[in-house]
Amino acid sequence: MSSYITLDHGSGGLTGQILIQELFFRYLPDPVLHQLEDAAVLPEPCGRIAFSTDSYVVDPIFFPGGNIGELAVNGTINDLAMQGARPLALSLGLILEEGLRLDDLENIIESIGAACEYAGVPVVTGDTKVVPRGKGDKIFINTSGIGVVGKDIEITTGRVREGDILLLSGTLADHGVTILTSRAGLEVAGNLQSDTRPLHFLVEKVLEQEGGAVHTMRDPTRGGLGTTLAEIARATNLCMEIEEEDIPMHGEVRAACELMGLDPLYLANEGKCIVVAAPARAEKILRIMRSVPEGAESRIIGRVSKKYPGRVVLTTVAGGARLVEPLSGEPLPRIC
Amino acid sequence: MKYVDEYRNRNLVLALIKKLHARTTMPVSIMEVCGTHTMSIFRHGIRNMLPGQIQLISGPGCPVCVTPSSVIDAFVELAGRSDVIITTFGDMIRVPGSNGSLADARAEGADVRIVYSPMDALTIAAKEPEQMVVFLSVGFETTTPTIGATILAAEQQGRDNFFIFPANKVMPPPLDTLMQDPRLKVDGLLCPGHVSIIAGADSFRFLVDRYRLACAVAGFDPVDILLAILALVGQVQAGKPRVENCYGRAVTRQGNTRAQSLVNRIFTPVDSEWRGLGTIPASGLALRPEYSAFDITKKLDIRAAPSSEPRGCRCGEVLKGICMPKQCPLFGSRCTPANPVGPCMVSSEGTCAAWHHYGGLEKKQIEGGKNEERQK
Repeated sequence: MSSYITLDHGSGGLTGQILIQELFFRYLPDPVLHQLEDAAVLPEPCGRIAFSTDSYVVDPIFFPGGNIGELAVNGTINDLAMQGARPLALSLGLILEEGLRLDDLENIIESIGAACEYAGVPVVTGDTKVVPRGKGDKIFINTSGIGVVGKDIEITTGRVREGDILLLSGTLADHGVTILTSRAGLEVAGNLQSDTRPLHFLVEKVLEQEGGAVHTMRDPTRGGLGTTLAEIARATNLCMEIEEEDIPMHGEVRAACELMGLDPLYLANEGKCIVVAAPARAEKILRIMRSVPEGAESRIIGRVSKKYPGRVVLTTVAGGARLVEPLSGEPLPRIC
Repeated sequence: MKYVDEYRNRNLVLALIKKLHARTTMPVSIMEVCGTHTMSIFRHGIRNMLPGQIQLISGPGCPVCVTPSSVIDAFVELAGRSDVIITTFGDMIRVPGSNGSLADARAEGADVRIVYSPMDALTIAAKEPEQMVVFLSVGFETTTPTIGATILAAEQQGRDNFFIFPANKVMPPPLDTLMQDPRLKVDGLLCPGHVSIIAGADSFRFLVDRYRLACAVAGFDPVDILLAILALVGQVQAGKPRVENCYGRAVTRQGNTRAQSLVNRIFTPVDSEWRGLGTIPASGLALRPEYSAFDITKKLDIRAAPSSEPRGCRCGEVLKGICMPKQCPLFGSRCTPANPVGPCMVSSEGTCAAWHHYGGLEKKQIEGGKNEERQK
């Protein structure tokens, strides 16, 4: 095989077949995928079906703590998990740019395989297209996923009530800062890393024990915690009150945000969730979240009130209070 | 985080607020000159902790906001050339000119790249020798030295495809102009810490001498800002204005003389147009003749057309502190951060953007209005 992706790889002919057999199948072992049928046929599900899709165009495609491949697996798994679904299977659509290095593609597919194995969720169907050089940007990935939602689980903003507690499953803004600093070529001391990871194990454990007390869950990806909370506030017409001091952040992430003039409340997270829970069960839920590695740094960050209906209010570290509006436009680094 | 957490300490902040409430006995209006101050004051929720008698007015210290629309238009036009790569700080990219923004130009195929330092632009010029790489040179005293250093590096490398579009400005002349405006009533000035690191605290002395204005140089964290406000209240109430340096860990009286001489070596003062303030003598910086080979406006004979403000936009008056954002008829309706009409809504240091993001909890929403009324 040549060491670059060519238009032949996407033509549906022999070159493409070789790519599938020799590269993709090596890392994606699911027998349903290997049947190479037009659609994957799966066993009958027991429960309501959750279905989600997301496309990944991250630049750079390799970043500290991960790459576009595992991001695409974890991202869709997390979207399913946020509805309380147990993920069953994924699809994998690749759009490759002519000239992509084959060893880069192999690294990405290998980490997709590893992320699927870790999560216990296989890729069961896939597709590959190649676009001419300049018509794409190395690699774009779409993943769709299906999952099943347990009988008594009802995760919806409609259940959020005054007095509910807001929990966050760990440190803020790791992914967003890592991407922005690597894009800027900034070397920040310390160990900046994306937080990309699946959250369905954490969710499953919480729902198993406290399913009824979890009113809604969201993963604050694009737009960050600020935008996600603003969406919940708007949908419920309740006030989300949060304490800046209680929001966990890594020191190097804070430092990078200070340096670049970015507000961590608006930066993306790829392995964190907000849980809105009944006040009486919040402490118990916090303990469960902390009992798994991906939730070890979970904190209670605020509560739901009627103070400013439809708005998010932050009590600052300095003791002042301000509104948190949804993000508009890209977060821009400052000029001076 | 060292040198940051101490200056955001809640107990210290609350103690200073208490002191301010106890000491403030008369109305004091303070202009914060710098956009970074405006943002920090909002971000930390300082405004609504202050005594009611203290009035904060935002000034013209946002480099993106004061760049006139004629220059923005020239940027956008230049971006349209196929032999040009535009490099710029991120804030500039979404500022609308009369024919769209740089972001619009990029969507239509222009090569516009965000850089974090002018040195990055020089690196691009080395990698793409066929293209003219132009850095949009916008900024105050703080930014100019690094641009000067980049010009020197370009000269050393013999780079003939690297240019700047000179649009740098200096702070003292517009403050002088501003203080002569009878519509603006200011007792004290929260002087910009970053500018002062380069220019020195003494560069604000003339405001004390000419206008008996209280001055305090401040850092950007809540404790810094409150210490400076406390100093200003003390000066105003005692009737003894002076320049007080409340940012001693970074600012000296003379400033960074090495950076100053670098800037003097490469740039020379010129008259410059400011949005809202008009043309102010010696308020801008042009390249000295010996460095004019790096000036894209000379190379391509670019002349800025007369400026026209977007209809209904009051950015000019906002920059002068005589109109509060919420008094602008476009604020929050036709002009939002997602769909900005004026530059004050775009920049991360713009007054309107600050009010739009954080302003909803304000009790004192029409301070500028009061200020206008006071004059009548």
